[in-house]
Amino acid sequence: MAQFRQCPDTGLFFHKEAENLMKANAVAGVVCLLIAGILALLVVLTRWPAVHLLPADTFYMVLTAHGVCALIFWVIFFEIAILYFAGSTLLRSRLATPRWAWAGFVLMIVGAVMTMAAIFAGKSSVMMTSYVPMRAEPHFYLGLVIFAVGALIGCFVYLGTLVVAKNEKTYEGSVPLVTFGATVACIIAIFTIASGAEILIPTYLWSIGYISHIDPAMYRLIWWALGHSSQQINVSAHVAVWYLIAGVIFGARPMSEKVSRAAYLLYIFFLQLASAHHLLTDPGLSVEWKLFNTSYAMYLAVLASMIHGLTVPGAIEVAQRKKGLTNGAFEWLRKAPWDNPVFSSMFISLVGFGFLGGISGVVMGTEQISIIIHNTIYVPGHFHATVVIGTTMAWMGLTYLLIPVLFRRKMIMPQAAKLQPYVFALGMSLVAIFHMAAGTLGVARRHWDMGFAGNPLGFEYPATAYLLMGIAGVGGVIAVVGGAMFIVIAVGSLVFGEKLQKEAGLLQSFGFPLADSAYTDEKPARLPMAPSEAVEAHHDESSFEAPGTFILAMVLLVSFVIYYFINWKYLSEVWGLS
Amino acid sequence: MADENNTDEREEEKISPWQQMIDNPFLLLFIGVAMPTVFYTLWGVMEIASLPVAPY
Repeated sequence: MAQFRQCPDTGLFFHKEAENLMKANAVAGVVCLLIAGILALLVVLTRWPAVHLLPADTFYMVLTAHGVCALIFWVIFFEIAILYFAGSTLLRSRLATPRWAWAGFVLMIVGAVMTMAAIFAGKSSVMMTSYVPMRAEPHFYLGLVIFAVGALIGCFVYLGTLVVAKNEKTYEGSVPLVTFGATVACIIAIFTIASGAEILIPTYLWSIGYISHIDPAMYRLIWWALGHSSQQINVSAHVAVWYLIAGVIFGARPMSEKVSRAAYLLYIFFLQLASAHHLLTDPGLSVEWKLFNTSYAMYLAVLASMIHGLTVPGAIEVAQRKKGLTNGAFEWLRKAPWDNPVFSSMFISLVGFGFLGGISGVVMGTEQISIIIHNTIYVPGHFHATVVIGTTMAWMGLTYLLIPVLFRRKMIMPQAAKLQPYVFALGMSLVAIFHMAAGTLGVARRHWDMGFAGNPLGFEYPATAYLLMGIAGVGGVIAVVGGAMFIVIAVGSLVFGEKLQKEAGLLQSFGFPLADSAYTDEKPARLPMAPSEAVEAHHDESSFEAPGTFILAMVLLVSFVIYYFINWKYLSEVWGLS
Repeated sequence: MADENNTDEREEEKISPWQQMIDNPFLLLFIGVAMPTVFYTLWGVMEIASLPVAPY
């Protein structure tokens, strides 16, 4: 008999097995974030020209470990926790095959440890991309494959849970929008993991000598179906988290379920094709392939993100206006709970993802203007805006929400928690903006020494480039401080936070089950269908329902247009005509 | 049991056929895997595989 408990504060139902798995995956993710953050500090202090901390070989090892730990392990562990939350808790369903889910978790841990051990042994400093013919130790590839198999099991446990919930009629109508978003993330994850297997298994066999040659062009093509799509899992999942937090904090409902679901459908059709923008300068691939996948398909995925970026704040605005915050265009935003880290993390994630990550992403996905920033430090600037400000800050907001709800602990250091999202966002925004600026001046990414000291083909960057990298270094240190604040608050709350339920002991914070007394065998009541009135029926054609959001959207559009044309102007100056 | 069946029918009436279609996660899974496999992976592999090998 499945056992459930109901959170007395939110009314959410937690299935015992699903709850333990959510905790275990979330904690494993936060441990990976801690490791990635420590490594980030070392990377920052080396790329900061005035500090230049590490020797070259250690720098490449640390950069490889930082990339793998942050971009793969941290986000995917946390995403598996989100899948179990969206499948089990939001649908009031038992989790399908918990033993398989635990097996998947163990495989993910084994794979992550194996890969990190290979990197720290010093002979696998091949960066996250591990482009052939650079050869890592065999257990570098094997660890990634084992991790991917574990994550794949997690995805199928989630799909199984959807089937269980449907068959056992735990909800009425369609699945909630947040669960729909998680399903899209799960689908992208399955394609991503399959692509990873397609390329990493042959590469593993090559590393142990069973295959003599891996074609570098073929490797890059298939690897980026893993490398970029893995970040698209983040996009789908963090958009779902935006909707969730807007619903929990404001009682906000999507402005239009149909439009939001259609936007998610655009992700399913087109988002993964955007992987092609990594190959815009590759020889061997035709212009037709590049243009279809980027300038057509990718823009439709961007359209979907713009829809979500409009409907999430729009839903918040509508909810706030219903509460009487109707003065001017922005009273709803001014009087939002900016001292609540759940909201502030989520809203900064949304704005940063759109303004910094989204606009720069479109520039990088345009074949002509991509050429001026290709393989420069602009690229890490862009993805620190998407994956760190966008995804990681959404995960941080969700963690603040779940500490009392899932872990049943009161958050420690509430004043520091109010400040933390701003510190982290300030630092990471400096990293993103100034790395993009330095990249526009041509500063290479991944390079230990931007001055190319001792190199016969050295290049003299303008002094501005050194200044920009120095400011990015300051930003990186501030971001690491913000990240450390998050870890201290999150882990400290699990260990020292006041218990909100007597069964929530220390071990229970890390995935051990609560005592049986916390659960009942009673099946939760069926999740009712969302009332249609709150969704669309109140639409009034005579005026904007969310004028403030419309103004924000126009600001984004104007910023995008200006920045887009600035880049075309830069391009026009690359080769002077006489 | 009869009531439960009636409730199910009422629910299905409220949900448009379009939404019922996209409620099927396995149909979405098929689309989400087939689209990038065809337009990104297979198309790209065919282009790279058809490149002439440079003479030594």
